[in-house]
Amino acid sequence: MAQKEEKIEVEGEVVEALPSTMFRVELEGGQEVLATISGKMRKHYIRILPGDKVQVELSAYDLTRGRITYRHR
Amino acid sequence: MARAGRIVADTLALVGEHLRPGVTTGELDRIADEYIASQGGTSSFLGYLGYPASICTSPNDVVVHGIPGDRAVDEGDILSVDVGVVLDGFVADSAFTFPVGEISGEAERLLDACRAALAAGIEQCLAGNRLSDVSHAVQTVTEEAGFSVVRSLVGHGVGRAMHEDPQIPNYGPPGRGPELSSGMTLAIEPMINAGGPDIYLHDDEWSISTIDGSLSAHFEHTVAITEDGPRILTTAQSPARAGLLP
Repeated sequence: MAQKEEKIEVEGEVVEALPSTMFRVELEGGQEVLATISGKMRKHYIRILPGDKVQVELSAYDLTRGRITYRHR
Repeated sequence: MARAGRIVADTLALVGEHLRPGVTTGELDRIADEYIASQGGTSSFLGYLGYPASICTSPNDVVVHGIPGDRAVDEGDILSVDVGVVLDGFVADSAFTFPVGEISGEAERLLDACRAALAAGIEQCLAGNRLSDVSHAVQTVTEEAGFSVVRSLVGHGVGRAMHEDPQIPNYGPPGRGPELSSGMTLAIEPMINAGGPDIYLHDDEWSISTIDGSLSAHFEHTVAITEDGPRILTTAQSPARAGLLP
């Protein structure tokens, strides 16, 4: 059974919404990552728009890709 | 572990023998479960973090962790089957993507590429190599065939537990990570997509599919690193069955 890779949690702001519910997010450190939206957020139809402050899970092996796991108020 | 690996491989071969259009994934799960028990082992998946079945059955765009159920397979499908067995306190883990009847040329190339990527990864399992030499080999073979590597799922050490350190990504530059040494036992499992690498988790909290809906293949072996090179522990018993497995 495949294992899910280790993740690093960071904060960022959504810069751009892309097709296939992908987003470009600028992290606190200034880097830009390509992020998908987590399954839980999809399930609850939580919308994400440019300007939203979000929590992102980054891949430990590829720091340019992540998953948005929370949208702050 | 070799004995556990033998049961895993024979279970996969048995599932392959029963695979035909119309059979449901639930039936395959039952067949596998009964066979594993008849050999004195138990599934390492059943009850793991709440997983509800003995094997994973992942059709077409499902990458991994498809839960067996009422879904019948159709001619032209590809079905990835993942089996894990515990025997006398040791775990072995292996997976195989089967074609159902006649499949498209593209699907066949995907399966060939994934099998080749696994073989290339296993070739790097040598004492003195670094872990990412394996990862790099898998990525190179996959991308040279024009397919993409799933990033967020990884292979893993395996032994007394199903998931042990280290995590083994299927991509990355060579020469990084821990040094490989004799005695290590690793589950190498390339997961590759015909389209892009991005995936998502279904509402059932287990099955994972490609975001763009493209086909995904998965092959896995449990490999021991020995002084004489890599030794695949998940090999089947009879020659006829062995012919079904990479």
